[in-house]
Amino acid sequence: MRMAKQPVLTFNENGIYCPAGDFYIDPWRPVDRALITHGHSDHARWGMNRYLATDIALPVMRHRLGDITADGISYGEVRQIGGAQVSFHPAGHVPGSAQIRVEVDGEVWVASGDYKVVDDGLSDPFEPVKCHHFITESTFGLPVFRWADQSTVAAEINAWWAGCAAQGKTAFLGAYALGKAQRLLSMLDPDVGPILTHTATENTNRVLRDQGITLPDTILADADLNPKDHAGAIVLAPPGALGSAWSKKFGPQETAFASGWMAVRGVRRRRAGDRGFIISDHADWDGLLSAIKATEAENIYVTHGYTDVFSRYLADSGWQAQVVPTQFEGESLDKDANE
Amino acid sequence: MKRFAALFNAIDQSTKTTVKVAALADYFSAAPDDDRLWTIALFSGRRPKRAVTTTKLREWAAERAGIPLWLFEESYSIVGDLAETITLVLPPNPTQDDQSLSTWITALREIYTQDEEARKAFVLDAWTTLGGTERFIFNKLITGGFRVGVSQKLMTRALVRATGKPEPELAHRLIGNWHPDDTTWHTLVEAEDASADASRPYPFYLAYGLEAEPQELGDPQDWRAEWKWDGIRGQLILRAGEYFVWSRGEELMTDRFPELARAVDFMPDGTVLDGELLVWPNGQPAPSSFNALQARIGRKTVPKKLLTEAPVVLHAYDLLEWQGEDIRERPFADRRALLEQACAALPDDAPIRLSPQLSFATWDTLADQRGTARDAQAEGVMLKRADSPYLAGRKKGDWWKWKLDPLTIDAVMIYAQSGSGRRANLFTDFTFAVWNGNDLVPFTKAYSGLTDAEFRKITAWVRKNTLERFGPVRKVTPHHVFEIAFEGIQRSTRHKSGVALRFPRMLRWRKDKPLQEANTLADLEEMLRIYG
Repeated sequence: MRMAKQPVLTFNENGIYCPAGDFYIDPWRPVDRALITHGHSDHARWGMNRYLATDIALPVMRHRLGDITADGISYGEVRQIGGAQVSFHPAGHVPGSAQIRVEVDGEVWVASGDYKVVDDGLSDPFEPVKCHHFITESTFGLPVFRWADQSTVAAEINAWWAGCAAQGKTAFLGAYALGKAQRLLSMLDPDVGPILTHTATENTNRVLRDQGITLPDTILADADLNPKDHAGAIVLAPPGALGSAWSKKFGPQETAFASGWMAVRGVRRRRAGDRGFIISDHADWDGLLSAIKATEAENIYVTHGYTDVFSRYLADSGWQAQVVPTQFEGESLDKDANE
Repeated sequence: MKRFAALFNAIDQSTKTTVKVAALADYFSAAPDDDRLWTIALFSGRRPKRAVTTTKLREWAAERAGIPLWLFEESYSIVGDLAETITLVLPPNPTQDDQSLSTWITALREIYTQDEEARKAFVLDAWTTLGGTERFIFNKLITGGFRVGVSQKLMTRALVRATGKPEPELAHRLIGNWHPDDTTWHTLVEAEDASADASRPYPFYLAYGLEAEPQELGDPQDWRAEWKWDGIRGQLILRAGEYFVWSRGEELMTDRFPELARAVDFMPDGTVLDGELLVWPNGQPAPSSFNALQARIGRKTVPKKLLTEAPVVLHAYDLLEWQGEDIRERPFADRRALLEQACAALPDDAPIRLSPQLSFATWDTLADQRGTARDAQAEGVMLKRADSPYLAGRKKGDWWKWKLDPLTIDAVMIYAQSGSGRRANLFTDFTFAVWNGNDLVPFTKAYSGLTDAEFRKITAWVRKNTLERFGPVRKVTPHHVFEIAFEGIQRSTRHKSGVALRFPRMLRWRKDKPLQEANTLADLEEMLRIYG
């Protein structure tokens, strides 16, 4: 009986598909019904007939995708969609991000989207969900990626900022507009100086504040702002905005990038910033392994990142592991303002 | 190692030359003699004798990290640096260490004589004691090669600031065959007599590529021209009855070119020549191709057969020392006149020949001669200002290389592989193919020539257009056409296509070219016939 059944989730040219519920998870082509793990543009794409995402993720999605037909769901709430029972569970990646649990006839699959296992103090912390089949990312699926405590990195960033301020320089910190920027905001020490934000960053801040997420006070660095009024400031901006004409008007400055990629010296040097801070909203090597163990799943599907190496390691370690090519991108250093 | 680690971080974190020079100058003013001597040594590519093989280091690091060796190797291929990979896979460790750089180096020297078990214990202990940058530096001390963006020029400037000595003198002191095990800071940098070592070469003067039209250089009367040979640059030193051959990379290559020993029979002691090492059998109208020379460079000792088949001759184009006197300050025209005198009586079979000058009255006539460079097996033309001194390092203004435009071919990208190190998160290594009927035949790889923005674009495209994966290599949809530039083409039995290119790189991403309009194998064959 069981042998003849279709898998709960399958992978086709549109994305991750559930035949029993006739829906997709994070599809990359327009489909009728899309369940979305989180609002980053490689997961929440334009053109679906209907969207379902967590109540916390929806405002940013509406902000980015415009007029969409979308329904919200709370963490842990169970919905019946066709023959599938569906629920969303915190993924700890960015505010509102979710792992999507799908159960059909007692078989449980979890599509985890992007995740990290440490508590960033901003997103609902990652919650392991027991399942038979686990779909995981592997953006940083190599043992060279090990993140330090958030407090350690916060101290490094604040020390750098204070150093810039003491030398009369503006500190520019490049980070994704959604997620990373707010996490960094919550790590900054407002006693060092004023915190300025790029328009793209501030737009996302506004959406999150409106839905009740607490962020430190920021000043919008738009065309009207006179940098001289804000000596000793730090400016949060998307990586693409660093070194632009906009940033030049701030005079003497240092630039830094905050990304998991900064762990690799070569990447740090290629970006040619003054500093690189190692911090990521994706799980590091230990985080990926602990998350996978906690699911107690036997079957692991690796979707993006160092997929070949990571799945080989899992297979060597006793899991049924395979690579599933997708169009998810993980943490890109080089993407522009919209992330 | 704290002080050295701080210096390393200051240099590594900054992209600004002034910041690097200042950090180095501070260090050279304050650090103990042994540490600063070793710092110069490390930043100029010298290192302690290797106490542990890299194979052992990999095994021990994987074992300590609790990962299989293959996973360590995969990580290494992505990080691109062994010392860094080891640093990253070991458990993070915040400790700071109080022993000096030279103390660590001495300790490494001591374990050299010990058995493997003792070496392993020492290394594992160091990995436990040291964290972060210090652990990285320790690994670098064992594996060698501190490439941290400190050029000889930059280090010399810092030393000028720290010691007050003139730059040319310091530059001369720092090059050559010295090692910290056999010298001291005082002897190397401060002592009066710096020229005691007969083998010590002069820093090479390097030319920039000419990007503008030569007309902008002014009156052709002020300039001298000669072929830009496709060999390797070499400095031949005849002092104290001996001969020494140095490469541009400051490697002593004397033993590789035994035929140059006879130079002492034809030139007086106290002569230093700058020229090009070329394979050029006697009686042949032009030198052999670079491939022939490559066979020679690859060998530390040369079998007799190769010596007859591929004899190396120095084509001299400058004279730096004459009758024991450093004449680099004299105008090029004067040095050249002396060089011509010195070479006037050379017999045909001498291992030195005078590299001829090209006579030209106008820039246009020189341009015509440049057009025939490939016939002479040259890469183009060198331009030297007649009144210029012989400077050290790459300096703009007096010397220019005016190379031929490269050969080009339009090819289709069919495989992509991600880069390592600086480019760890980008696809940068591509395989290109040309048409053979309806098939695409791979013929070369290339990994340079695109801008960062273009690499980002192509990376995103590769992710979405992967057809198959072979480990790190991805087969992609044939779609993008690139113009591949290269300097030469040779028949090769090792390549499927039957050709090997010299210096292939991506010149342009031909977004305007449809796939079908890429070049064909027949086009490559034709190029091989003309230029091979």
